[in-house]
Amino acid sequence: MDILKRQHAPIVPEAWSEIDGEAKRVLALNLAGRKLVDFDGPHGWKHAAVNIGRLSLHKKQPVAGVHVGTRQVQPLLEVRVPFTLDTMEMDCVARGAAGLELGPVVEASERIARMEDEAIFNGFKDGGITGLIEASPHKPLPIPGAAIKYPQLIVEAREVLRESGIDGPYALALGTRCYKEVAQATEDGYPIRKRIEQQIIDGPLVWAPSVQGAVLLSVRGGDFVLTVGQDLSIGYASHDREKVELYLTESFTFRVLEGAAAIHLKHSAKS
Amino acid sequence: MASDTYHEALELLSEDTKNMHRGLVSLIEELEAIDWYQQRADACSDEALKQVLLHNRNEEIEHAIMTLEWIRRHDQHFDAQLRTYLFAEGAITEAEERVTASATDAAASAATDGNGSLGLGSLKGRG
Repeated sequence: MDILKRQHAPIVPEAWSEIDGEAKRVLALNLAGRKLVDFDGPHGWKHAAVNIGRLSLHKKQPVAGVHVGTRQVQPLLEVRVPFTLDTMEMDCVARGAAGLELGPVVEASERIARMEDEAIFNGFKDGGITGLIEASPHKPLPIPGAAIKYPQLIVEAREVLRESGIDGPYALALGTRCYKEVAQATEDGYPIRKRIEQQIIDGPLVWAPSVQGAVLLSVRGGDFVLTVGQDLSIGYASHDREKVELYLTESFTFRVLEGAAAIHLKHSAKS
Repeated sequence: MASDTYHEALELLSEDTKNMHRGLVSLIEELEAIDWYQQRADACSDEALKQVLLHNRNEEIEHAIMTLEWIRRHDQHFDAQLRTYLFAEGAITEAEERVTASATDAAASAATDGNGSLGLGSLKGRG
């Protein structure tokens, strides 16, 4: 038996396929960081920490003449989002029912994707994670009020990275507000989004709800690493006659190796 | 162009597919080289050259397996099949049956990989 205990859930195989498939679809849509940073793994449940190759030296010598240091590692977080499904509803798929009620799967998938992205973009101090926005040494560039000016702003941001010795390809992560503004804006009838994608950046343009404003970053590789132990999985917790409690889980950490490879674009406090 | 074996227009292919193509073509080339070195070594009448050719063949095996491992990490179906058949004991043709029999219906959900995860992995490059 493995840690997920899926075989103990009173769920027919057809329903498991529906649950897994729906979670995968929503996760692929919502996970923004994974579309931009290097992926290291999956290494499985036993992978507990990343070796960062550093040593912390102790001032005190327990034995005279013996210098002691502790190896520094970055531990992985283990996250879990529980959700509950109706057992009878899950049985219906075996009778040929289509369109199962999987709202809790969607909600849990959005929630865990948000957690991973929060750590990647904004960091998670308690988990020892520095986000790529806070790790950037560049002064954030102010987002102009008019969406039509986005291309000019992104060119300016790209130049900041280039002048710091960071080459492309460059990708753009847009928070929800920026994403909407860019998606809706046109210049002489030509969509601003297309102009950005076809003429300014050479990496993907990604919707990233965890980002306040936007981030331009290099996706050349070697700058940002998401290390995953157990990749996103659905496990079983408990059940009664009517409900079954499952959970979405993963273990991961995130490291910034070159903070200068990203620059934050943010709205002014007034706008 | 790095490869002349694309079968569809390049602009229609994702970056993931192009990288997988590079991996698969490299694997094919390494396996072909193993076959060639093996045959040359068999036919060679000079013992010293034969040893060099066998050494080269063994190097190609290392290259092939490294490439295969990359493919496994990037394709959940390769991963699942390799987990079923590599290092299996008993008849190879019965390995799948043994694995299926040992897994319960629930754990055998089609959307998960061999570790029970959803097999998302890297999404880098996707917009």
